[in-house]
Amino acid sequence: MAADKNRQDRRQFLGGGVRTVGAMALAGFSGFLAGQSGKAEETIWQIDPDVCTTCGNCATYCVLDESAVKAVQCFDLCAMCDPCPGYFDLGHRERTTAAENQLCPTGAVLRTFIAEQAGVPRFEYYIEEKDCIGCGKCVEGCAMMNGSLYLQVRHDRCVNCNQCAIAVACPSQAFRRVPASQPYLMKKKALAATQRRGSS
Amino acid sequence: MRRQLRILSGLALLLLLVAGAGAQELLSRPEIEGHATPTAEFPEPRSASLEYTDVAVLAVALGLSVYLALVRRSRRGLFLLAIGSLAYFGFYRQGCVCAIGSIQNVVLALSDSSYGVSLAILAFFALPLVATLFFGRTFCAAVCPLGAIQELFALRPVRVPAWLDQALGLAPYVYLGAAVVYAATGTAFIICEYDPFVAFFRLSGSANMLILGACFLVIGLFIGRPYCRYLCPYGALLKPLSRLSRWHVRIPPEECINCRLCEDACPYGAIHPPTVKQSDADRKAARTRLVLLLALSPVMVAAAGWAGRGLGVPLSRLHPESQLAERVRLEETGQVEGTTDASDAFYSTGRPRQELYAAALALHERFSVAGMLLGGWVALVIAVKLIHTNLRRQRTEYSAEKGNCVSCGRCFWYCPAEQVRLGLIENVDVVVKRPPAEEGKS
Repeated sequence: MAADKNRQDRRQFLGGGVRTVGAMALAGFSGFLAGQSGKAEETIWQIDPDVCTTCGNCATYCVLDESAVKAVQCFDLCAMCDPCPGYFDLGHRERTTAAENQLCPTGAVLRTFIAEQAGVPRFEYYIEEKDCIGCGKCVEGCAMMNGSLYLQVRHDRCVNCNQCAIAVACPSQAFRRVPASQPYLMKKKALAATQRRGSS
Repeated sequence: MRRQLRILSGLALLLLLVAGAGAQELLSRPEIEGHATPTAEFPEPRSASLEYTDVAVLAVALGLSVYLALVRRSRRGLFLLAIGSLAYFGFYRQGCVCAIGSIQNVVLALSDSSYGVSLAILAFFALPLVATLFFGRTFCAAVCPLGAIQELFALRPVRVPAWLDQALGLAPYVYLGAAVVYAATGTAFIICEYDPFVAFFRLSGSANMLILGACFLVIGLFIGRPYCRYLCPYGALLKPLSRLSRWHVRIPPEECINCRLCEDACPYGAIHPPTVKQSDADRKAARTRLVLLLALSPVMVAAAGWAGRGLGVPLSRLHPESQLAERVRLEETGQVEGTTDASDAFYSTGRPRQELYAAALALHERFSVAGMLLGGWVALVIAVKLIHTNLRRQRTEYSAEKGNCVSCGRCFWYCPAEQVRLGLIENVDVVVKRPPAEEGKS
């Protein structure tokens, strides 16, 4: 009986020792990682627009019913073209805002007349975000001209999945994790155009 | 007709203009008086404070589940908490981030110094481990949303034969190994990619994932918690920690009277009967096996590690770079017709083929090291399992096997001693006749 009790005590002691060591190891490990994460920042998903090939996967692969990816207009880069190849379908019959003339399947690109300059009408093209499905058709069209339209993950919508489903489906590996403090990536030329305006 | 011509000519003119400008030069933006250039809005990401709310909820839920399982011994309480966790972590937070997936963030942070794991994710990884080390798998009982959804579906559980249960129980370790390999190489987070229930939590997802999830739930009607027992990589971490736990749930509140009423109570096969005294011959045979296994296991690990080197190429197939290189190579040699989105994207970058092939070869090399480690790991897991089954154990009462028990509390109600504790019956003799002293247990 006494031997049995000793045996129990020894087991308990060993168990306690292993637990303490285990807890300390876990704490140390977490502390080490916490120190690491102090150096590197928390990350979220974003599209590199210079790598993006507008394949259309963003519209279909997002876990949200309505994709978190939307088209963004860089107004500084937009040349206010008429006709706009991002707005009009190449085979459009009339240059009107009728649905059959538009490239956007949901009519999310809004065309607003601004002024006429030397007989050339100038339009501003806005993205109506609530209608945009992130298919990238307008981005593809706009690339024929200045390429001021580009796709971005909108962070008010993105749920920041641990593994982004679009990133897995992206054929050009344009999706990557970016620091949460700089949540958007700009096209290089869009950035240049914005900076030009900022400096002037 | 004339109008169409005009439109077409307009477009053609524009395209000509672009072509003339070498397509590199940009059309300048016209200055229009009285019209300021608008700026696009960029909404900020979800603030970090919400993440800390998640951690707080996790901590409270963990504390509650420990209290309900160990102190209150309340199955009903645990059940309600499970529903609450399912609602919050599952349907409200849509399953991200969870403790299971956090393994990969931690591994990636260890292997890639440019990636930092946020403190919230770190808490999701570490808190349940620490809790398990002291109190058993109460996290699985009522905090994990994946556990909770399966808990609700375990309606007609059947007993899985012990040999099958033990064999399938090795799968989580293999899955954990694979997940670590893919996270460390920065390929993908496969645990998240193939999470069977997240599509339900979000009420959307690809058909494949919904079907997979539905399969798990249907199987879960008859085999309790199939994901937790036979796949969950976080469970693979929790199991050994739970075996070390100091305060683990007990079936009887006080002393076990070996009435056998709880024998079939556990839907997860985690209740073990008292051990039968081994004959000397059996004990000797077991000891011989044990010595043999101990001697053999390093050989097994080394052999499997060597064999695992060959896994380099198949393992690397999941990496997008490797996939792309393979496709481009096939297109180059004319073995396949046409191009894919991925190869088109590659050609448009103007990156030389040789560079891609070199990168793919480097990946193969990296993955053969990973394959070697993975092979060794799998062999080690099998060896430890075999050694573990041959270790002599002594149990004098019906007890919850600490590794497999998820502290769900279903067995409490079956115990007459518990009924006495609750004041429902006077004493255990009312329901059960104590077995005779010689214990004719088969």
